[in-house]
Amino acid sequence: MFQILNIKGSVNFLRHAIPISILSVILVLGSLGSLATKGINWGLDFTGGTVVELEFSNSANLTVIRNGLTTDETDGAVVQNFGSSRDILIRLPVKEGIKSDVQVAQVMDAVTLLDPAVIQKRVEFVGPQVGKELAEQGGLAVLVALICILIYVSFRFEWRLALGSVTALAHDVIITLGVFSLFQLEFDLTVLAGVLTVVGYSLNDTIVVFDRIRENFLKMRKSSPEEVVNTSITQTMSRTIITTATTLVVVIALFLKGGTMIHGFATALLMGIFVGTFSSIYVASFLAIKLGINREHMMPVEIEKEGADQDKLMS
Amino acid sequence: MVMIIIAVGAFYAIPNLFGEDHAVQVVATRGAEVTASTQSAVNDVLVSKGIAVKRSELENGQLLVRVNNGEDQLLAKEAISDALGDKFTVALNLAAATPEWLESMGGSPMKLGLDLRGGVHFLMEVDMGEAVRKMTEAKVADYRTDLRAEKIRYAGIRNGAKGIEIKFRDAETLANAESFLKSRSNDMVFTDRSTGDNYFLIANPSDVYLKQIKEDALQQNITTLRNRVNELGVAEPVVQRQGAERIIVELPGVQDTARAKEILSATASIEFHMVDQSADAQAVASGRVPAGSEVYQRRQGGPVVLKKAVMLTGDHIQGAQPSYDEYSRPQVSINLDSKGGSIFSNVTKDNIGKPMATLFIEYKDTGDKNADGSVKMKKIEEVISVATIQARLGRNFVITGLEHAESQNLALLLRAGALIAPVYIVEERTIGPSLGAENIQNGIQAMIWGMAVVLVFMMVYYRGFGLIANLALTANLVMVVGVMSMIPGAVLTLPGIAGMVLTVGMAVDGNVLIYERIREELRNGRSVQQAIHEGYGNAFSTIADANITTFMTALILFAVGTGAVKGFAVTLMIGIATSMFTAIVGTRSIVNAIWGGKRVKKLSI
Repeated sequence: MFQILNIKGSVNFLRHAIPISILSVILVLGSLGSLATKGINWGLDFTGGTVVELEFSNSANLTVIRNGLTTDETDGAVVQNFGSSRDILIRLPVKEGIKSDVQVAQVMDAVTLLDPAVIQKRVEFVGPQVGKELAEQGGLAVLVALICILIYVSFRFEWRLALGSVTALAHDVIITLGVFSLFQLEFDLTVLAGVLTVVGYSLNDTIVVFDRIRENFLKMRKSSPEEVVNTSITQTMSRTIITTATTLVVVIALFLKGGTMIHGFATALLMGIFVGTFSSIYVASFLAIKLGINREHMMPVEIEKEGADQDKLMS
Repeated sequence: MVMIIIAVGAFYAIPNLFGEDHAVQVVATRGAEVTASTQSAVNDVLVSKGIAVKRSELENGQLLVRVNNGEDQLLAKEAISDALGDKFTVALNLAAATPEWLESMGGSPMKLGLDLRGGVHFLMEVDMGEAVRKMTEAKVADYRTDLRAEKIRYAGIRNGAKGIEIKFRDAETLANAESFLKSRSNDMVFTDRSTGDNYFLIANPSDVYLKQIKEDALQQNITTLRNRVNELGVAEPVVQRQGAERIIVELPGVQDTARAKEILSATASIEFHMVDQSADAQAVASGRVPAGSEVYQRRQGGPVVLKKAVMLTGDHIQGAQPSYDEYSRPQVSINLDSKGGSIFSNVTKDNIGKPMATLFIEYKDTGDKNADGSVKMKKIEEVISVATIQARLGRNFVITGLEHAESQNLALLLRAGALIAPVYIVEERTIGPSLGAENIQNGIQAMIWGMAVVLVFMMVYYRGFGLIANLALTANLVMVVGVMSMIPGAVLTLPGIAGMVLTVGMAVDGNVLIYERIREELRNGRSVQQAIHEGYGNAFSTIADANITTFMTALILFAVGTGAVKGFAVTLMIGIATSMFTAIVGTRSIVNAIWGGKRVKKLSI
């Protein structure tokens, strides 16, 4: 049997809980600090404005392009490379009384002078009102997701575990947002999708651990809650590592091969999965213990022996 | 059972392997219809030009002719549009090359989103403020005439900040006016806002009425946009409402946004003219028209001579509904605003018994451009109805002598001539076809790499059981594609492909959970059969709980996301459902088939 981990007995994971919790708190505070001071580099979807993606026939000189965009309509344009030196992304802010069409036409005039063979690959315009609504809806979506999960986990497990898992999720979301803020990565709708997926994924991990905790509370009648949690984490450790690894592999594939349009999405997932794995072990379980989880709390919830109805599913 | 479900999934995934045919699509525009005779005419033209037709289908009033390659497609388009004239729109299209037998069983490939296919996406917002303003202005005029006719003296009426403000000199008149106006319609809600010697009555639209106005404005715009999009000759356009005030327009394959926008925002208008009865048919046919008159074409065909003087323009039209008279003959009831009503009443009183024509004017894209790059528009004028004036007409009148379908159409055209509220573009996304193709390439690349690594790892780590998991993983991917193809509304987008890739990574989780559990049970000294049983049994509730929560977040994403992100949520949800099936039920049945009921000493895990 080829194994990554072959642990006999249990490892005292909770021994490191306090230093790791301090690290978590620092990371969360740091993220919040960055969010408060630097804010998030909101993408077009949320701010409104116009984006033009161009493909030049040769390497494009950003400074020359920038110098070409000096009219009232195109002033304040952000010019950057997008993927390769030939691909250029130009972001134009919303301007009172100026139509997006006019802005785009002027950009095209300016760049065609530089390279007559330039190709307009993509143009996106989002009105400021629509952007504001999307931002509100997006924030709401994350909140609703967390509340739904809180309810579901309380219903399936126990409120201490539910609170632990939701705190872990909030922790993941805040740190992911913090990274986007710190490095001023663009936050658009696909990144929001990434963050919500992280919520789902991180919870997945937490539930696997909790499920084992619940099972072990009933099996290990004489052990302390700490021992139960340690044993449960140890038992699920190799699964956690393998699943995280396979998921990371596909996310890295997306990050490297998926192209520029889903780069932000892949980045959010990459961050989130990494942080999420840690938080489900440390934040969620540790918090549940601190909230005083013990064997009695597990009793009212009937453990469903779902294995019993397995045969029905068989063909 | 398991095999059947997977086979069905695989079956519906098959159409995705066939790629697309180059095709030409023919749609009727102005009053014409695509029929079997159109089809044979098209076929004859193509045969005479030596263009081989792969398949020609007539469906939902549109004709789709498949040809062998892109070159033939362009030639065919030209030939067909020359042959059919401007009553039909001929567009280039890519049609799924699904074999007929598969198609007849409901098989069709996944629909690609704009980010993969290229095209334009518009989000348009109806100016509801304008719709409400128009309505209140009409009401102000109404109240003025109504109160005057009823001899209720008011001091002033205006459209104020709080609604329509009607000022009176005493409380008694106010009460009279209120009860009178209330009895006329229940559209409006009246409140008495008198202070001291100022007697004010404020009228505001009721919530129901307000909703009705907005709904009408939205519906009208959708209808108009749909008509215009059809004129564009785009294959598979989407025009649908989003929420209470917005309309999504998606035009796959369209690259020239400027042109699309001009057509979508083109205005149509209506004019009423008197028919010039002095002109005789022969003279008209030879081109001699009396001074002050002009020849126009009827929509149904045939010329008609109209006086140049415009009796009334369409912006006075407030509403036009198809209805029936007391003999249940179809008619169109029209109401004008008060100014239009008085103009109309003046001009019609001298023309009783004479025919009056309704002229529909519209600007249509010619496909050419002016020197300055703007789109060359052609003015199209058509007489849509000729009716005899029976009596002096006021603000409300009907046009009779119509067929049922005609009355529907006329009402629509009349309304289109006077849009209740303008629309403006609040979001626009244009994706070039090269970027679309690039996106597909990238997505597939990422999927291949991700999947390859996962497959190799599973095989090395779990050996025999790993192979089973790999089978399940592959089956899962096939099923996601199959289900995506089966659901008519599901659209594959770039984030959608990312969702599929992600599913690959996460779908193995189910198997990992089960296998780790089996290993653990084996370590604890259980027999092989017991270990398998316990492994599947104990892992089930964990897998279910974990997946249900991911499903919930996907559902929320589906609710708030737009376009591409919705596509991601859909693939994620489908992926979760199918992966649970393949990871638990699918692998168990293989495991049972191999090791079930036997005395096994050692498992390949």
